[in-house]
Amino acid sequence: MATTETFYEVMRRQGITRRSFLKFCSLTATALGLEPVFASRIAQAMETKPRTPVLWLHGLECTCCSESFIRSAHPLVSDVVLSMISLDYDDTIMVSAGHQAEAILEDVRTKYKGNYILAVEGNPPLNQDGMSCIIGGRPFVEQLKEVAADCKAVISWGSCASWGCVQAAHPNPTQATPVHKVITDKPIIKVPGCPPIAEVMTGVITYMLTFDRIPELDRQGRPKMFYGQRIHDKCYRRPHFDAGQFVEDWDDEGARKGYCLYKMGCKGPTTYNACSTVRWNNGVSFPIQSGHGCIGCSEDGFWDKGSFYHHVTNTHGFGIEANADKVGIAAAGTVGAAITAHAAASAIQRIKQRSGEHHEENDKA
Amino acid sequence: MSVQTPNGFELDTSGKRVVVDPVTRIEGHMRCEVNLDENNVIRNAVSTGTMWRGLEVILRGRDPRDAWAFTERICGVCTGTHALTSVRAVEDALGIQIPENANSIRNIMQLTLQAHDHLVHFYHLHALDWVDVVSALKADPKATSALAQSISDWPLSSPGYFRDVQNRIKRFVESGQLGPFTNGYWGNPAYKLPPEANLMAVTHYLEALDFQKEIVKIHTIYGGKNPHPNWLVGGVPCAINVHEAGAVGAVNMERLNLVSSIIDRTIEFIDKVYLPDLMAIASFYKDWTYGGGLSSQSVLSYGDIPDRANDSSAENQMLPRGAIINGNLAEIHDVDLRDPEQIQEFVTHSWFSYEDESRGLHPWDGVTNPNFVLGPNTKGSKTRIQEIDENAKYSWIKAPRWRGHAMEVGPLARWVIGYAQGNPEFKEPVEKVLTDLQLPVEALFSTLGRTAARGLEGSWAAHKMRYFQDKLMASLKAGDSNTANVDKWDPKTWPKQAKGVGTTEAPRGALGHWVVIEDGKIQNYQAVVPTTWNGSPRDPAGNIGAFEAALMNTPVAKAEEPLEILRTLHSFDPCLACSTHVMSPDGDELTRVKVR
Repeated sequence: MATTETFYEVMRRQGITRRSFLKFCSLTATALGLEPVFASRIAQAMETKPRTPVLWLHGLECTCCSESFIRSAHPLVSDVVLSMISLDYDDTIMVSAGHQAEAILEDVRTKYKGNYILAVEGNPPLNQDGMSCIIGGRPFVEQLKEVAADCKAVISWGSCASWGCVQAAHPNPTQATPVHKVITDKPIIKVPGCPPIAEVMTGVITYMLTFDRIPELDRQGRPKMFYGQRIHDKCYRRPHFDAGQFVEDWDDEGARKGYCLYKMGCKGPTTYNACSTVRWNNGVSFPIQSGHGCIGCSEDGFWDKGSFYHHVTNTHGFGIEANADKVGIAAAGTVGAAITAHAAASAIQRIKQRSGEHHEENDKA
Repeated sequence: MSVQTPNGFELDTSGKRVVVDPVTRIEGHMRCEVNLDENNVIRNAVSTGTMWRGLEVILRGRDPRDAWAFTERICGVCTGTHALTSVRAVEDALGIQIPENANSIRNIMQLTLQAHDHLVHFYHLHALDWVDVVSALKADPKATSALAQSISDWPLSSPGYFRDVQNRIKRFVESGQLGPFTNGYWGNPAYKLPPEANLMAVTHYLEALDFQKEIVKIHTIYGGKNPHPNWLVGGVPCAINVHEAGAVGAVNMERLNLVSSIIDRTIEFIDKVYLPDLMAIASFYKDWTYGGGLSSQSVLSYGDIPDRANDSSAENQMLPRGAIINGNLAEIHDVDLRDPEQIQEFVTHSWFSYEDESRGLHPWDGVTNPNFVLGPNTKGSKTRIQEIDENAKYSWIKAPRWRGHAMEVGPLARWVIGYAQGNPEFKEPVEKVLTDLQLPVEALFSTLGRTAARGLEGSWAAHKMRYFQDKLMASLKAGDSNTANVDKWDPKTWPKQAKGVGTTEAPRGALGHWVVIEDGKIQNYQAVVPTTWNGSPRDPAGNIGAFEAALMNTPVAKAEEPLEILRTLHSFDPCLACSTHVMSPDGDELTRVKVR
């Protein structure tokens, strides 16, 4: 095979010096909480790795994950696709169609048996004999199982593949089913969100290519590095929550001052995602910063947890006469209790996990 | 054996059948089958929507203020347009008025989508139907530079720049790993561009991929993220504070400046890269006049981009409203979405059943009973379809009709209606394109005409973003910074029962949502979307839809390579997740669904 452009060459092409490149590698190691010795490993990987084939299948979905992916600013998606991975199948952007498209799946399965990544956007429906999602005249679930059979690992993009998302909301008319309930013999990395943040998507991929392993996952199969904390934990409006300063009505004084959106139904306190830290679209903003509460789109079953405008706890219905201070104290107290309970639950989960460590075996992709 | 359809197409199924499944570079899943005659000309076309999600059933019993978030997830490509349609439907039902600033911000967001979507569609979903990537390797970078500089003053145009890109593509191709370009139709005689034009277009494919992510930052500022920004019944969720303490927590001067700078860059990119490329490519395909389909006879638009808030009259919409039938451009018909006689959906050829399938139903009375059955002439089996039987049910898409007519919707429909109305905003750019390319007006009714209308609209949308951002600033200057009306936020203020309709012009065409609210909950929700119109199967009278009509009588250079089929289908920018989500308001009917 002729030489292909490596990460290192991409960076050099973009005018980055070798010195800056090595600095980037050591910063990456630090950012990921790794020993300094890892910097040279990162550098070596980026200098020499050929491109791993990625087959990106689409089931029942809305394509928001693909749209998010192409928004990635670092790395640029053009560099990901041309220089980092070999995106050999993706119905949304691939040139070929029909038989020529289907032939690619066969080719890659044979040629790269056990060495390609299967990325799944959307999920398979099981009702109607699986024919509510037809690819090549057959149920999508068949294509999914076939391509999964020889893959190295599966990435479940977004809340559809990870949990089921909107088409699986009650009453789930097509029996849309998340990927891990259909594919049970492969390591699966869930990258939930509707959609996930672009740089989280490319971050997960580049991590896997750089370290040749799947990221450390939490009990639900999500990369801990991006889904280890709640939006609320790192929200820039958190001081207003702590101070009992809340938005009470859309476009009120509090809204204009950027107060906490908890009372407008913000699901930040119960949502694990990187929105308040990585933020969206190259760090421009995130839902709370733009005035709307988090709707919890990276959480399992978020469509069926009541209105997006209801409190996380059922403490809504404050009298109109109650002043902001009173309301603030009351709300802070309730949520404080909820959060304490949550922290305890998390600690218990951690202990359980330590004793079990049952997904350690999944780490070697 | 041939059959004449009522809308004037001669269908002949005797020739060789060609199947394309999956159709790629679209949103969602679709299948297309055609019959070719002995000269490889398409004499019968069958378009099948191959996915179905059932979102309307899921909406039943929900809080109508949440509906925007559910319906937004109908589509992540035209992200936001369903959400806007939904908040409009709910506001229409509940009689909620929105502030002027909210109208301006919503329009900016909708126009951002138009500009972004058209740009991405052109380069990343459609261009490779006209542009041969492999041929670009043969280009002379100097000649490419000369070509680029002759059509635009876009600064990235030096010979060295094009040489670098060419070398990069060369390394990519030589690596043997062609990624998304694998098994493309490179070298197909239907590609007509010289190598230099191919290199220029491939270069801009990459530039546009890098740039498109900038445009959507406007959604991020006003809506918190993209894809799937946040919306609000009664206005917009982002509060504005330009004067006082706490401004850093809201939309402030810095944020407004950021929006403004993105608008300027978007206008520049579209006018200096997208439009010149479009014209250059079109000039090599002037002889390829196929794909007009229904565009010369029946087109429909609901209108959108209201200049003033809370005025749904046709005069207040900057994108035109109206219907043209039988090719009579001299008469523009009024369109009323509440009239049960106008918009009706049929299911004779869709995988749904009605009690009486000879009749269509208005969305208010819509019934959807899933019924996945295949006709007796299907080749293959129920879960291994080799060839579909279009005389029976053959698609997850319903067949909407306007007063019985199959209609084309989308940029070409809007621009034909605007042109026919004599509106200079539409008429002048169309005339300029036709004059520059030395083409008659009939050339508009083609695959290329559809692609050109989308480009003109991308530019139109970018400039209108500037108009509304300036309008927003003028309003702030005049002392109005309101962005939401909360008078009817509390469900206690709502009537016991209410009905509403909301519309937008999505990038792909006319979009309508119908909602019935009862006791504060959604009792009924229906959406009729652009690709339902364009991708519709046949109706009881035998009329074919816009996709099928556009494919008719097109010659195919190589029967085994569906390049021309893709070219025409892509010109509609199909969005299958949109078109096939449609489900009954009556969830009881789902008892037929079999659980495996």
